[in-house]
Amino acid sequence: MSQATPAPEQPPAGSTAPARRDDGLESRAQGALREMLESSWLVTLAALVLALVISGVLIAAADSAVQDAAGYFFARPADFFSAAWDAVWGAYVALFQGAVFDPGAATFARGIRPITETMTWAVPLILAGLGLGIGFRAGMFNIGAQGQIILGAIFAGYIGFAWDLPPVLHLLLAVIGGVIGGGLWAGIAGYLKARTGANEVIVTIMLNNIAIYLVGYLLTTSAFKRGDSNNPVSPPIAENALYPQLLGPQFRLHLGFVVAILAAVFVWWLMNRSTVGFAFRAVGSNPSAARTAGINVNRMYLLVMLVAGGLAGMAGTAQVLGTEKVLTAGIAASFGFDAITVALLGRSKPLGTFFAGLLFGALRAGGFAMQSRTGTPIDIVLVVQSLVVLFIAAPPLVRAVFRLPSPRGPGAQPAELAAPVVKEAAA
Amino acid sequence: MSAVAAPAPARAAAGKPLPPISYKAPIAYGAVAAVALLLFGILPASGRETSFTMFAPGENIEFTVPSKPTAIVLCLIALGLAAWSFQATRTRRKVGVWLPAVYAVVLVFALLTWAVAGKAQPLPLTSLLQGSLFLAVPLVFGALAGLVSERSGIINIAIEGQLLAGAFLAAVVATITSSAYAGLIAAPIAGALVSALLVAFAIKYVVDQIIVGVVLNVLVVGITSYLFSTVLKENAGTLNTPPRLPTLPIPGLADIPVIGPVLFRQTILVYLMYVVVIVLQVLVFRSRWGLRMRAVGEHPKAADTVGIKVNRTRVWNTLLGGAIAGLGGAFFTVANGLAFGKEMTGGKGFIALAAMILGRWSPKGALAAALLFGFADNLQVVLGIIGTPIPSQIMLMTPYVVTIFAVAGLVGRVRAPAAEGIAYVK
Amino acid sequence: MKLELRGITKRFGALVANDHIDLVVEPGEIHALLGENGAGKSTLMNVLYGFYDPDDGEILVDDRPVEFAGPGDAMAAGIGMVHQHFMLVPVFTVAENVVLGYEPVKGGGMIDLAAARRRVKEISDRFGFDVDPDAMVEDLPVGAQQRVEIIKALSRDAKVLILDEPTAVLTPQETDELIAIMRQLKAAGTSIVFITHKLREVRAVADRITVIRRGKVVGSARPDSAETELASLMVGRSVSLGVDRAPAQAGEVALQVRNLSVLDDAGVRQVDDVSFDVARGEIVAVAGVQGNGQTELTEVILGLQQPVAGSVVLDGTELVGRTVKQVLDAGVGFVPEDRTEDGVVADFSVAENLILDLYDRAPFARGISLDPRKVQENAERRTVEFDVRTPSVDAHAGTLSGGNQQKVVLAREMSRPLRLFIASQPTRGLDVGSIEFVHQRIVQERDTGTPVIIVSTELDEVLALADRIVVMYRGRIVGIVPGGTDRDVLGLMMAGVPQAEAVQQAATHHTVLGEADIEASEEESK
Repeated sequence: MSQATPAPEQPPAGSTAPARRDDGLESRAQGALREMLESSWLVTLAALVLALVISGVLIAAADSAVQDAAGYFFARPADFFSAAWDAVWGAYVALFQGAVFDPGAATFARGIRPITETMTWAVPLILAGLGLGIGFRAGMFNIGAQGQIILGAIFAGYIGFAWDLPPVLHLLLAVIGGVIGGGLWAGIAGYLKARTGANEVIVTIMLNNIAIYLVGYLLTTSAFKRGDSNNPVSPPIAENALYPQLLGPQFRLHLGFVVAILAAVFVWWLMNRSTVGFAFRAVGSNPSAARTAGINVNRMYLLVMLVAGGLAGMAGTAQVLGTEKVLTAGIAASFGFDAITVALLGRSKPLGTFFAGLLFGALRAGGFAMQSRTGTPIDIVLVVQSLVVLFIAAPPLVRAVFRLPSPRGPGAQPAELAAPVVKEAAA
Repeated sequence: MSAVAAPAPARAAAGKPLPPISYKAPIAYGAVAAVALLLFGILPASGRETSFTMFAPGENIEFTVPSKPTAIVLCLIALGLAAWSFQATRTRRKVGVWLPAVYAVVLVFALLTWAVAGKAQPLPLTSLLQGSLFLAVPLVFGALAGLVSERSGIINIAIEGQLLAGAFLAAVVATITSSAYAGLIAAPIAGALVSALLVAFAIKYVVDQIIVGVVLNVLVVGITSYLFSTVLKENAGTLNTPPRLPTLPIPGLADIPVIGPVLFRQTILVYLMYVVVIVLQVLVFRSRWGLRMRAVGEHPKAADTVGIKVNRTRVWNTLLGGAIAGLGGAFFTVANGLAFGKEMTGGKGFIALAAMILGRWSPKGALAAALLFGFADNLQVVLGIIGTPIPSQIMLMTPYVVTIFAVAGLVGRVRAPAAEGIAYVK
Repeated sequence: MKLELRGITKRFGALVANDHIDLVVEPGEIHALLGENGAGKSTLMNVLYGFYDPDDGEILVDDRPVEFAGPGDAMAAGIGMVHQHFMLVPVFTVAENVVLGYEPVKGGGMIDLAAARRRVKEISDRFGFDVDPDAMVEDLPVGAQQRVEIIKALSRDAKVLILDEPTAVLTPQETDELIAIMRQLKAAGTSIVFITHKLREVRAVADRITVIRRGKVVGSARPDSAETELASLMVGRSVSLGVDRAPAQAGEVALQVRNLSVLDDAGVRQVDDVSFDVARGEIVAVAGVQGNGQTELTEVILGLQQPVAGSVVLDGTELVGRTVKQVLDAGVGFVPEDRTEDGVVADFSVAENLILDLYDRAPFARGISLDPRKVQENAERRTVEFDVRTPSVDAHAGTLSGGNQQKVVLAREMSRPLRLFIASQPTRGLDVGSIEFVHQRIVQERDTGTPVIIVSTELDEVLALADRIVVMYRGRIVGIVPGGTDRDVLGLMMAGVPQAEAVQQAATHHTVLGEADIEASEEESK
């Protein structure tokens, strides 16, 4: 909320207000500090710290050295604390080095490999997260990115391995196919919501599971199965349909990352600079005002799902045409579910989603390094992710923990995280 | 001058008009039966036979029918039922639940007749049912868990997490105490803990209930998988080797032909399931607790005006729901004598959610839907052994497809508690 | 039981809903609380029922002060309430609803349904209610649902029964039945607080009348007071809003509404065979008490609802069957009745709200691309033109006052060439300054030749703006009268009295206000 007027509200006179209250500079500085402390970015940061601390407790608790030290805690408590510190610090350092830069690597290329891995992991998270964010802002609670990624991968993968086309065109068509696949899958939920009012949460959850079995089934059919194998694996994607590698063959990073950046820019444009996004946001914020203003709310529900599904389908193309280069039943991993947390952490905005996707991609990439170096299982990453989202959904909790001041205006809680409340009819 | 009767003619006389007749259900019945007739009856080659076996004490009853005529007759019966439903809808009569039930059974038999036609191995009906019941156990508990919290107005998407937490704690506690029963006691506690987080965020911090549920599922997967990969893996013998719940045949009942071994040669968890279903069926609709719970879920303000504490009711019911789901989680570990494994609930929590919806938020409905899903799951296994034309994945996706049809209103009206998902802030 | 309220004050933020209200309800009397919508009646009763905490004042039962922490306490003290929006669970049976919260139980916490049914039956028989204890509440007509609410209160031994706008949802026949019930209850010794804005009902049953306006008690009256007198107390003194208004230069007919009928979801006829015309350059006011079909009428014209019969023709084009978008594109400007619900998007900026229904047309859009500079320019211009007080055009509309939000809506709807302008309750909840501004803009719009429809429940507003007045009652048009029509006549027509009879009745008794109006107009004509 913009408070353009010079801060009129000061603490009442009797309180511990500063002596020189007239000093405009000082009060302005305080206002700035206060604004910073109230900002949602600070809450996000605090939520991340809190999540890392709690996960740290888990890391320490599962560490055998810490457990040993706990056995003689009362004899030498310092041992316990240093063991705990070592375990947590070691894990997080490994996580960081696995996600950003490895100073111990033999070559520079090896050293920067982690950051490229982070970017590779981030691609599907960003793309699917962007789609989910659009849905959240338009009032559609789409849990179905997982299924949409799978459908995108099926379409793109099929075009990729079954067709034979010239370069560029092949990739382009495969990507378009993926977008259509994801869009159609999400469109089912949008159509049913618009036509019958079917709850999109339930429908998308069900569609996720159907998609998982669908891809499993397709990979048993002759159209999809690799001829020489009994495994549920498709033929490799044709060279022409692959996203080109950005940094050469020793890195996995592919053009999909650029696509994700472009998609973020596109979503920013769509939501902030296009009439369609305007209508999406209007429908999400106040459907009845949107209807009164002549916006066809039901059509928007369908359209939102088509766009959101298209982006998730594009995430599927990144997987099948970029990272995996082959269609498998596990092509979507858990990206669809992780993307929900990405979108929520990014507050459904393109820039926020982009950085949230990078962060969670880093947790993934670093998680593997951490697992192999310190033996801390990558599953801890899920704990960090879910805790972050829980905490940003409940700013009062985070503010209470860190003793931050509460903001004056409403909107402390991201709107898409807040529960609907019965409107009290004040007579 | 009449003081009140103002001039407004013929408005009351019209009364409440009848809603328009919807033929969706009969048309759906008819269409499915017609497709079945084509697929199972008319198209397949003739001359093959289908065999079934049933297990009775001391003997196996085997009977064989000609495949094509049987399938055709069964599908025609289904078509007849569709016509019946059409006629009933047209005359605005209500048909009982028997119709969809009989319809489903008839079509399932038509499917089976077709699917195992010409196979050397007969279809073992008894073990098919036994396995269905067994696979339905976590679904029933999960669906009831969702029911108890949703009836009070809290959407519980975290059933999956509650099952998983229950499975985890049951395994650990059962191993440590070397008692499967101790695991059974611990499991509900784990589920209730997940619920405690759910209500803390949903009610205290007014966070969207669906979001909390989704995120809690991730959290529970993360924590249990993490602990599995660290503590449990290193100490598998002392922490993750749960004993199995013994089978307790109920004397007398277990010897009834066909249904005896299916229903009464089970573990205590299955008997507990019977008890929970029956008790909830009675309590939800007839007890003070049930009445207040439903009032809070339907119209919290009305409940408030008669002195019912809305949020307190929601907290307790959601905790109870979590405990029920946790108990269901014990199925995965101690009921099978299996060690805990990463994400071992494999999406059963979401099928349970589907069963709750399809069962229209009633315990017996949830039981029926869970049994149906368990049947589909087990049929897939059984047919896989016998070898059939139906891909297992198609069987596995049916529960989800059916649920989509249900929420889209294509198989009758599904009505959620009216105030579900809406926070009550006075 | 005697019930007394002393100095009750209740605020919602800056809004004072109840301002030091005193009220005494004697045992066995029917005490009517008369006031317009939004006067603060329901708030007062929710305080009395323990649902709201008063900011000031006290409640006395039999001369002893009491504190209600919640509805449970109020019930225990013998106060029962029938809410305007029934507090019944639709999917419960009558018996279940009646016993909810203090259920008779058998062993094991099971509800003793037989006892519950007996309880319903006993009260139902005593008052001849004819309610089936096993009927599902959602299947009952509203009149029967209301009786269930009354049974619910009585079964908890209510000595004082509060009826909040009980006739708002009833048909005339059901209203008659309710009045009979109220008399019976009174005979049985129950006190009744009867909240309403309907004069005739008050006169028919009340023993005493307290009138509330803008959160304050403005007077009390006896039921034999003339209806017109009560009306003037309730509606208040005519405030001169100083709208400079030349006589209408009505041109040719632009809008023709013919035989329009609308059903609601329950199949009740909300608009019943309505026909009227609006000419270019005239303001037609649709007057009536809230809920008599005006809302539905405007929504049908805009295309938000579809009628079951009739036509709406604007400049030769049929509007029925068109989408909202098409109707807006045909040149209709619309100010909805509920500003926060339908008029503005609270989390949108002022600038965005100013293009809410223009966002996809030039100059704001090229193809599907928005031009933020044009949006910004438009906002800067409109906020100045319509005197919208906002920190910046990027401020969220939700942070503005009601008056400024309404100016945003007006600015948006008047910022394009219009062939019809419709404003529903254009000044509801606004301060006097904003009211004046809004009224002037509406008159200006008329003077450019636009046909204007104003829907208002405020007689003052109707009289200040209208060139012609369409009076609606229960979905029908009672009569169409000229702009300067005697307010007493209008008040009676709004209560459903046909025009001829209203004129007659008003002639025999004028209110102070009505006479003042006449004197003023005589002076003017000299």
